Amino acid sequence: MTTVDEASTTVGRRGFDARRVAIRHGWTIGVYVLLVLLVIGYAWALAPVAFTSFDLGSIVIGALPLVFAAMAQSVIVISGGIDLSLGVMVAVINVIAASLMEHQSFATSLLIAFGLMVVGVVIGAINGGLVVLTGVPDIVVTLAMSFVWGGVALVIMRTPGGGAPNAFQSLGTGTFISAWIPSGAVIIALVLAAAWLPLRWRRPGFAIFAIGSNRDRAYLSGVNVAQTRVMAYAIGGFFAAMGGLAATATTGIGTPYAGNFITLNSVAAVVLGGVSLAGGKGGVVGPVAAALCLTLVPSIMVFQGIDPNYGQVIQGALIVVVVMIGGLLLLRERS
Amino acid sequence: MPFLEVQNVAKRYGPVVALKSADLVVEPGEVHALLGANGAGKSTLVKILTGVIRHDSGTITVDGKPVRIGSPEGARKVGFAPVFQDPAMLPDLTVAQNLRLTRTDIGATREWLDRMELTVDLTEMTADLPLPTLRMLDLARALARDPQLLMLDEITAALPSDLAEKVFAVMREWRDRGRSVLFISHRLAEVTANCDRASVLRDGRTVGTLVPKSGEEEKIVELMLGTTRSELAESIGADSGGEATVVEATAPKVAVGEPQLEVRNLVVGDDADGISFELRAGEILGVAALEGQGQDLLFDYLAGQRRPSGGEMVVAGRPFSPRTPFEAIRSGVVLVPADRMLALLPQRPIRENIASPLYNRVSRWGPINRRDETRRVQKAIDALSIDTRAQRQARRLSGGNQQKLTIARWLAAGFTTMLCFDPTRGIDVGTKRQIYALLRELAEAGAAVLLFTSELPEIQLVCDRTIVVYRGAVTGEMPASEADEPALLKAAHGLGKVEAAA
Repeated sequence: MTTVDEASTTVGRRGFDARRVAIRHGWTIGVYVLLVLLVIGYAWALAPVAFTSFDLGSIVIGALPLVFAAMAQSVIVISGGIDLSLGVMVAVINVIAASLMEHQSFATSLLIAFGLMVVGVVIGAINGGLVVLTGVPDIVVTLAMSFVWGGVALVIMRTPGGGAPNAFQSLGTGTFISAWIPSGAVIIALVLAAAWLPLRWRRPGFAIFAIGSNRDRAYLSGVNVAQTRVMAYAIGGFFAAMGGLAATATTGIGTPYAGNFITLNSVAAVVLGGVSLAGGKGGVVGPVAAALCLTLVPSIMVFQGIDPNYGQVIQGALIVVVVMIGGLLLLRERS
Repeated sequence: MPFLEVQNVAKRYGPVVALKSADLVVEPGEVHALLGANGAGKSTLVKILTGVIRHDSGTITVDGKPVRIGSPEGARKVGFAPVFQDPAMLPDLTVAQNLRLTRTDIGATREWLDRMELTVDLTEMTADLPLPTLRMLDLARALARDPQLLMLDEITAALPSDLAEKVFAVMREWRDRGRSVLFISHRLAEVTANCDRASVLRDGRTVGTLVPKSGEEEKIVELMLGTTRSELAESIGADSGGEATVVEATAPKVAVGEPQLEVRNLVVGDDADGISFELRAGEILGVAALEGQGQDLLFDYLAGQRRPSGGEMVVAGRPFSPRTPFEAIRSGVVLVPADRMLALLPQRPIRENIASPLYNRVSRWGPINRRDETRRVQKAIDALSIDTRAQRQARRLSGGNQQKLTIARWLAAGFTTMLCFDPTRGIDVGTKRQIYALLRELAEAGAAVLLFTSELPEIQLVCDRTIVVYRGAVTGEMPASEADEPALLKAAHGLGKVEAAA
């Protein structure tokens, strides 16, 4: 046969391939470019007041709980699920932390924080377990659970209150080494590096992408689908707990009813961050920047003296336009 | 001692018996072929052996020890490595990640790729690789597990011949190492050239094991056929009373005998010249083919579900290139799919299901004419004698009645050409008979009917004429009187006149 088959002539292993990196991570890079543009827009909106390290810090502080919620939602959506109770979980952890940590020492607060991380994992695993065991769609189970946890948050704390020691708060609001490095950013980086990346590049991470990509093929590849789904929800629960602790550290109090706002924004951040709602595609790093973008837009509006409600409109329009561009690019790629 | 011994394995899905009693013995150091016509139970047996489904009864013995294969992982543990019909790698992971996911030795996989002289970048996303490469990767991955038994299910179907040769070389090497290969293929020439023994399944039973020799393909075909033809013909009754009456709306205005549908050089597979045929008004033209020879694409193109890459279609003398099913239906070309759920609104009542194509007409803005609708629907129901006791939801109907519903929709709406893709799949004999009679009556009323069927005896029972498609080309055309099963199967395996070219 003289047919030269594409298959047999593919070039062997290549070195660093800038073009492929750009294609594979193009979306994430784009989101970070958008973030830089928005920060510049923020500085411009502040004028004539100068943009200082304090402003950078407050951007991170304002976004921190949502960033963690977006990380949580990413992992779950990549696995082919969705968790509509994430925001409420953030609120539950937030109020528990604020009520337990009030008048406690820093050391005790840290202990409580670790305990609550475990609680987050357990709550997440319960969500995942219910989805797997009942076979009811993820969206239904987690919506129902959001009412449960929402009620629990209000039982624990009827109105915003509680507190946390200053040292604990400075974990979220302080700076690290330089005044230009907000400690919140350091914590995001640490959590990513310690809790997600090791999984991402090992079999458990591949399994999460696999079940989101094609559940039947994942099963045929020997993946324990049920266990992996529960694991994705549990990881999500851990990140949600981090979000709740971040809310306690950045605000110094517990707020029982911030939940649903965070849930919806976490889904928006996931979509904007390049994760496919169909599962299997994307990452956690993109949605982190997307969450920051989503918090910046209303702030810029406020500084410009525009009705914050328009901020919502612009935020929504931004998501639609960006996602639409993504869809168009995908269509072009296919044809 | 044989490596693998399968005895009396059976599997049923509800009332449908997929496998009655399968037997299979694979010795170490042999390449064993598993053969059978469509629906004989091959894929069910393969699914059982690979742990995708569990058998109901019978025993599977590996190396003298009885085993229960509960999962794909379990199949690997007893030394089986399957290469499935469809690529098994996950599209959103790189090749290397896929290998790590399945705990496959990457070095060993690379070694096998090198030996087959394939260079694949393992850091490439699986979704970006062409299909033949994916097949070869699946093979290399299976080999890297160093299995006792390599199972290849239709692996050559998507491969160009140079790569297929590499697969055969690997099979021979595996045999020389004293290991076993189970080879499943529709291509008899490949089986006679590469296999030591072959087991033949028919109607869910193993009917024999033989040594396949070149030139004796027809013997194998006979074994695959058995007595099914006479049994089926008997149960159906070639002539039928025909209580059905065709609704006037279906009667086309075309005089019988004019070409209604012409297909010229339509590319549906490997063959660059594609397939060509003519379908006349008042005629039922059969399409006979084994699985995956391009018949799905042919029907998809005609029904407007996909656009062909090459070739022409002509309907009633006018060029026909529908971009959507809507356009096809507007030109009078309608589809009755094998999967009824693609055609029905399962949650909705019978009446709405039948009336649904009526709502398509752009000229019918405004309220739906209930009277007219009721009249048309009732006529279609009467014509097909649909059991209407389960009025409320189409999904509560039996399979046969559901299939009638998919035809009834077009009776109410009117059409000129009906494409039937395996319309009798999985329905009972009585209903089959009614559907045959109905198709005949539609043709007598002037409709053109194109019928693909996986049950070859149906060709003679229903059609006037048939074409046989093999690897995207027409390898036979004959009047129904000559289209007995041996003739059809021979052509469907690409034997006969095209054999010289291969």
